[in-house]
This record gives sequence, C-alpha cells and structure tokens, in this order.
Amino acid sequence: MTTRRSRTVLAAVAALAVVGLAACGGEESAGSRPGSATSGITGDVTVFAAASLTESFTQLGKDFEAANPGTTVTYSFAGSSALATQINQGAPADVFASAAPANMKTVTDAGNGDGTPTIFVKNQLVIAVPRGNPAGIGGLADLTEPEVKVALCAAQVPCGAAARKALDAAGVRLTPVTLEQDVKAALAKVKLGEVDAALVYRTDAKSAAADVDGVEFPESAGAINEYPIIVLKDAPHKPAAKAFVDYVLSDPGRAVLTAAGFGAP
Amino acid sequence: MTADLTVHPSAPQVLEPLLDAHLVVDRGSFRLDLPLTISSGEVVALLGPNGAGKSTALRALAGLLGLSAGHLTLAGHELDRPGSRIRVPTEQRPVGVVFQDYLLFPHLSALDNVAFGPRRHGLDRRQARQRAADWLDRMGLAEHSRRKPRQLSGGQAQRVALARALAVAPALLLLDEPLAALDARTRLDTRAQLQRHLAAHPGATLLVTHDPLDALVLADRLVIIEHGQVVQEGDAATITAQPRTDYVARLVGLNLYRGRATGQTVLLSDGFRLTAAEQHDGDVFVAFPPSAVALHPERPDGSPRNTWPAAISGIQPNGDNLRVQLSGPIEVAADITPLAAAQLHLAPGQRVWAAVKATETRTYPAAPD
Amino acid sequence: MPRLDTTVARPRPAAPRQRPRRAGRIPLALLLPAVLGLLFLILPLAGLLARAPWATLPQRLTEPGVLTALRLSLLTATLATLLCLALGVPLAWLLARIEFPGRRIVRALVTVPLVLPPVVGGVALLLVFGRRGLLGSWLDSTFGVTLPFTTTGVVLAEAFVAMPFLVIAVEGALRGADSRYEEAAATLGANRWTTFTHVTLPLVAPGIAAGGVLCWARALGEFGATITFAGNFPGRTQTMPLAVYLALETDLEAAIVLSLVLLAVSVAILATLRDRWISAP
Repeated sequence: MTTRRSRTVLAAVAALAVVGLAACGGEESAGSRPGSATSGITGDVTVFAAASLTESFTQLGKDFEAANPGTTVTYSFAGSSALATQINQGAPADVFASAAPANMKTVTDAGNGDGTPTIFVKNQLVIAVPRGNPAGIGGLADLTEPEVKVALCAAQVPCGAAARKALDAAGVRLTPVTLEQDVKAALAKVKLGEVDAALVYRTDAKSAAADVDGVEFPESAGAINEYPIIVLKDAPHKPAAKAFVDYVLSDPGRAVLTAAGFGAP
Repeated sequence: MTADLTVHPSAPQVLEPLLDAHLVVDRGSFRLDLPLTISSGEVVALLGPNGAGKSTALRALAGLLGLSAGHLTLAGHELDRPGSRIRVPTEQRPVGVVFQDYLLFPHLSALDNVAFGPRRHGLDRRQARQRAADWLDRMGLAEHSRRKPRQLSGGQAQRVALARALAVAPALLLLDEPLAALDARTRLDTRAQLQRHLAAHPGATLLVTHDPLDALVLADRLVIIEHGQVVQEGDAATITAQPRTDYVARLVGLNLYRGRATGQTVLLSDGFRLTAAEQHDGDVFVAFPPSAVALHPERPDGSPRNTWPAAISGIQPNGDNLRVQLSGPIEVAADITPLAAAQLHLAPGQRVWAAVKATETRTYPAAPD
Repeated sequence: MPRLDTTVARPRPAAPRQRPRRAGRIPLALLLPAVLGLLFLILPLAGLLARAPWATLPQRLTEPGVLTALRLSLLTATLATLLCLALGVPLAWLLARIEFPGRRIVRALVTVPLVLPPVVGGVALLLVFGRRGLLGSWLDSTFGVTLPFTTTGVVLAEAFVAMPFLVIAVEGALRGADSRYEEAAATLGANRWTTFTHVTLPLVAPGIAAGGVLCWARALGEFGATITFAGNFPGRTQTMPLAVYLALETDLEAAIVLSLVLLAVSVAILATLRDRWISAP
C-alpha cells in the first residue's frame, strides 16, 4: 500500500509499526478523475501523509501522475506525530500532510517547512458501529451504557484529542475499554466486533463501509480536525512537490477528498 | 512394587538359575543372540570386543531395550517375552545398574543419590536416607555422604554408584565397565573392594567388560561374545588355558592356531607345520604363550623342533619385557627381555629365526567335548 | 560428562581443571566484527542516554502514569513467564523426548510467533479469544469471560509472543542433557513423571532459567500483540512499551524517560537473577 523511499532506519521502523494497522483500512475509492492541464513537471515526489489520508491520497497520487506524465508519487503513511519526528530527524520527504496542526507546528517550529502550511481539508468524528448498528447507537449518550464497549483513540493522537474535546463539549463522561494508538486500530476493533462503538473520523468510517456504519452526532462540530499540508524546506524535488500540493488544493483534488468523506476547510 | 522380587540373604538357594534368558535383539544388520543363565550369588562376566553386543545385552536386561525374540525370566518372573507380548518396564524390574561413567545425579548429594532408589521403592524420606547411610557406611564413604558427585574422586564415585545400585536389593546387578573410568592405581584398590561387595551380593551379577583382568578377578564364569554370538563360555581356568578364537587368545595373551593334527604334527590351514607335545587326530587348536617363542639371529641348532624364518613387524613394551610381532609363514607374538633385544639389535623389518619348543605348546580339539 | 566450573566446587587434585589458555593474538577478522556488533547494539542506548532530559528526570519519574505502567509491565511479564513455564516446559519435553509423527512440523509451528509480526499475532489472538472469536465467543456465552481489554489479555498476548523463546531454549537444554541420567533413574524404580520432576528438571534447570529470562525480557518489551489484543488503558492494559509508544506521539523526552526506566529496571532484575543462579550450588 505504500512505497517507502525513506532511507533512515528510524523512518522505516516507525513506519512499519503503523503500516500493519493502516493496512486494515480498506480499499481505495474507485474512479479516477482527469487531472488539470499538464505542466513540464517531472520527478519523484515523496509525500509523508497522515494515515487517515491513505485511501484518498493514493487515489490523488494516481490522478496527479496521470495529469503530469514523468512524475511519480511515493507515500509514507503513518501517524502524523511519527512522520513529524522522522522529518525533523532528516527523512528525505518533499511534502508533509498532517492530520493535526500540532504535528505540523512541530515541523515548522523546527524550521523544516517552506512557507506557511495550508489547511486543505477538515475531518470530523462519527461513531463507528458494526454494520447494521446492532446495539442501536444513536448518539454520544448511548455510549455511556454499561453494556456498551467503546474504543477511543489515545489522547496523544489527534483522533483521541478530538474525541475528548467532543465528549467534554457534550458533557458526556464515558469509560472506554481501550485507548487505541491510532484511528485505524480503533476502527479495527469495531470491525472485529471486539467493541460496540468507536469514535473515529468520518473518512475512516467511510473507508470501512463494508463492515462499519458511521453514526453522525451533533457534538462533533465542536471538534473539527483540520489537516494542514506543506512543502518541506529540504525537499529534494521542490517543483514537483509544489505541483502536488497545488493539485491537492485544486478542484479535482478536492473532489477526491470530498468523496472520501473529508469536509472542505 | 518390586519388593517381592528381591532376593534376601536368608532366602533359600534357588535351584533354577535366578536369571534365565535368551536375549535376541535385531538392530539393522546386527543381531544379538545370547543365551544367558546366572545363578544366585554367581558373578558372570560378559566379555567381547567393541561392538560385540555387550551393551545391547545389558540394556535388554535392564529393559532399556526390548527383545526382538527370546525370553527373559528373573527370579521366576517373566520380564520380557516378545512372543507373548510381555515387557516389564525398566522401573518395575528388580535390576540394579552401575553405569560405565556412573551417571550419579549431579544435583544430588552422595546420600541422596543412594537414597533415590529406596525412595522410589516406597520407603519414606527418613527410611530411605537411613538405608543410604548404611550403604555408604558399608562402602567406607560415611564422611562423604553430603558431597556432590563432582566433589568425589573417581573411586569414591564408583563406590557411590555401586551403593546406589545395591540399595534397592536388586535380584540382578548389572555392571557396565565398572572400572574403565579409573586410573590404574585406583582401579587396583577399587577392584579389590568390588570383589568383596560382589561376593556379598546374594542376587545374580553380570559384569560387562572388555578388560580380561576384571573378568578373571571378579567373575565366577566368563561368557565371551563376538558379533552378537557366544564364542566361548566357561570358568577362568578353562578359557585361559584353551582359547577358541583369536580375540580370546589375545585376551588371555596366547598365540593361537587352528589346524589338523596327525599325531604330534599339526598342519595349519596355510600349509605350515607345527610340532606339538601331545598326540591328537583331527581338528585342533594349538596355543603357546609369547614367552615360549625364542628369537635367534641365525638358524638355531638343537632341541627346538619348530623353527622358521620371520620378519619383525613391530615392537611394543609389555610389562617388563618387550612384545615382538613377527610376520612370516605364521603371525606370532614373542616376549623377550630388553637385554635380549639389545643383544639381537632388534628393529622393525629385521629378519630373525623364531623357535618354539614343542613342550611349550598346548593342543586341544577344535570341536568342544 | 562435562562439569561446570563453579565457585563452590572444591578443586580435585586428581583432575586439574584449568581452562586451557591459548596464547597468541585475537584474529582481527573476528575482533573487528565483534566490536562493530557490540557498538551496533549499544550505540542506540547511548543515543537514548544522550537525549535524556536529566534535569527534569526526578519530576517526570514521579508522574503517576509511569509507576502504574511499570508495575503493570512487571506483573504481566512475570505472569506471562509463569504461564510459559507451565505450558512451555512440558511442550519442550515432548518435542525433545517423545518420537511422534509430525514432530518436525510441530516444532516449526512452535516458532510461528517468532516470525509472525506481533500485530498480526494480536489480530490472530482476537480471532480466537476475542468476543467473536472461536473460543472467545464460547467463553463469553458460557462463563461471561472476555479476554480482550483485560490484564489477563495482556498476559496472554505476552505469553503468545514470548513462549517460543522458552520452548526453544528448554528443548535445546533437554537435547543437550544426557538422557542416560533418565535411564539411570528408571533402573532405580522411577517412573517417567518422577524422573521428569526429580532428574530431568534439575538437570536442565540452567536451560529453563535462561529460557525464562529470554521469555520474560521478550514479554516485558512486547508491544504489537498487546496493543492489538488487549488494547491500551492505563492501569489495566497499558504496559510500559505502550506508554512509550503513545508518549512518542507528543513528547519525545517523556518517551525516552519511560524507555530508560524500563531498561534500568529490567537490567537490574536480570543482573540480580543471573548472579543468584550462578552462585547457586
């Protein structure tokens, strides 16, 4: 699912840890869209992208390559914080797409960004339940039932922070059975039937639509997650990297992201 | 579990042999076929070259190896009879074993090693230790009872192993090369002690060894096997006087030839003639000790009737003398003094004349009885 | 029989047991890779030490989450090791001593958790012991017992990943041990069980100890199978490696501190145990 060009051991090890779970994410969205007008851009763009972008960015990459013959896009999908650490340790990436402004800030604070990051999508939480919603979950309040097992993301990762924010906003106190290390792991627990519900991003629920349903809840509006993207200062292929970021922000790019369940910024 | 099978000193003498066995074990191309009987109180030595099947026989008796055919009866109990699908497992046989390298449990003290068997035979810890202490005392090891095996000398370890095997009062005691691991001096002492303990053992004893001295000193009867078969059996005097195979002859230190006798002349298979002291007719063995062979630089005159030219193929020290291997019309070993060797300027390859007086030879029929 | 040199053994005059010393230089072809190998193993540790926030260390160590995770890690790794000993030693014995058809395949299967990525191992455990799992659904419906997201689940995940280390070490020790001692025990009237408990186990005790240490260390560091099967909840299933991983998400220094605590405690425990075993008579 990913092609890694990263040469540092740290990057490889950290990426491997996440790859296994990200692999549970599901299939790519079908249907390719024609790209915008071609420019003379060539080269290999290495994109470090948050795990929640796996499906949509894979599709975007194909479209971008089709629109710009001579370019290839290589991804490393992992948790945003792991990616930020790798970039700050010198991983040879061109573009960083983070699932949270905090991780982006880590990179820009270290002076590794080129310019200022752009928010390109936002994501919001839904309650992922096994397909058909056997427990009849209708909203956050239903998650506090003692019979209902809930998985949240750990507070250290963006989906966990967002979940906490949403629960606080709703005044709901619940005790999860587990605090998963990333959103895909939380989703996997729903897919396997080990928990009755998990708070995940709408895009993640959508990517696993074969196994899970996403239940929208109003309090999620209080915990919108913004995704910033940036070209990196030491990008080995800066023109191609800039073209890729432009493509993400273009209409065809947005269309792919919207189809995956992301909201416009 | 085996108490009823053990033999006590006060038990009346069993008229039948205590051990009555016909051990048949097939192992690929090798076949052991060994009839064996041992009476109460009797010590039998099983001798043979490496690979003759001594260990196989011992393992079959102990139950560590099943018989392929034949039978094994000990003190009236069938322990193994493949024909009737009977096979009593090792731990239920009234058999004690002293292994070649003793196999004392390294994690247990000498006392606990000896107490191991009695404990398994139903004694409680205190009784078992008491019996073990008695045995160690009898072996003169009372002050070493708390030592671990690695803290014991070779001779002490051997005695602990013997005490361990005897502490379960086995009907059959098996000793596998009990002195082989000891140095020469320790062996002498230990052999004498072993002789005492074996004499006191009321059950049957089988001593597996390749050392003729052990067998001659310790055993009442010798059974010699080669290639899984018995080649000779009898008491020490008979076997030392009348060996029947090259192996046995070497064992007892004799030159041995087989031939056809007509009066005093024995025609060997390769056409050589020996003149013997005794009159015989038919197939015979001729034996004479290496000390009966004299070496001369020139053809000797006078009394020796058997003289032949030979070449020296090897010289080794043998006790105080030198043993000279000769090739020629017959292979022969000669023992000479170092002084004689010096006078003759003996060296390998040198040609000499060998002479044997007819009176020094012994002749006996090749077909026994 | 080879005898181990120990400090308590009295020297025997008959058999000098000096270790043969060979004069001459250590071949460079061996020394160089050996030193490189050592550096490769310890340099990352040096990296951790170099980056450790020594000034704030005491304050960070007293944070409540640290001790909770450490206590849970030590508890679960120890329980997992006990479970591995209870099941793994008999399994090793079976593999080493009993001829049965398919033994080679069974031996290969035992090593599966070694090659399986632990995360996959965790998923596999869920498929068997999970709420919808083959055995787990029965456990749930019959006894109301669910294993995922419990401390028991952590122990199971750790034991699954660590048991091969124990089985392989103990089987090796059993194969290396002289089975004639077991024959000697049989001639003294010991049945197989008594032989196993009174002779075999003491003989291979060093091998079992070594396997237990490996097993414990592996269980202590276990991450993938644990977080997948047992989840992550402080005080219940969040062991040190999980805490380290999550700390990495936000706070590199906290992760380093946690790692150093785990390292220091495990090295201290292993060093203590090792000394004790070696000085045992």
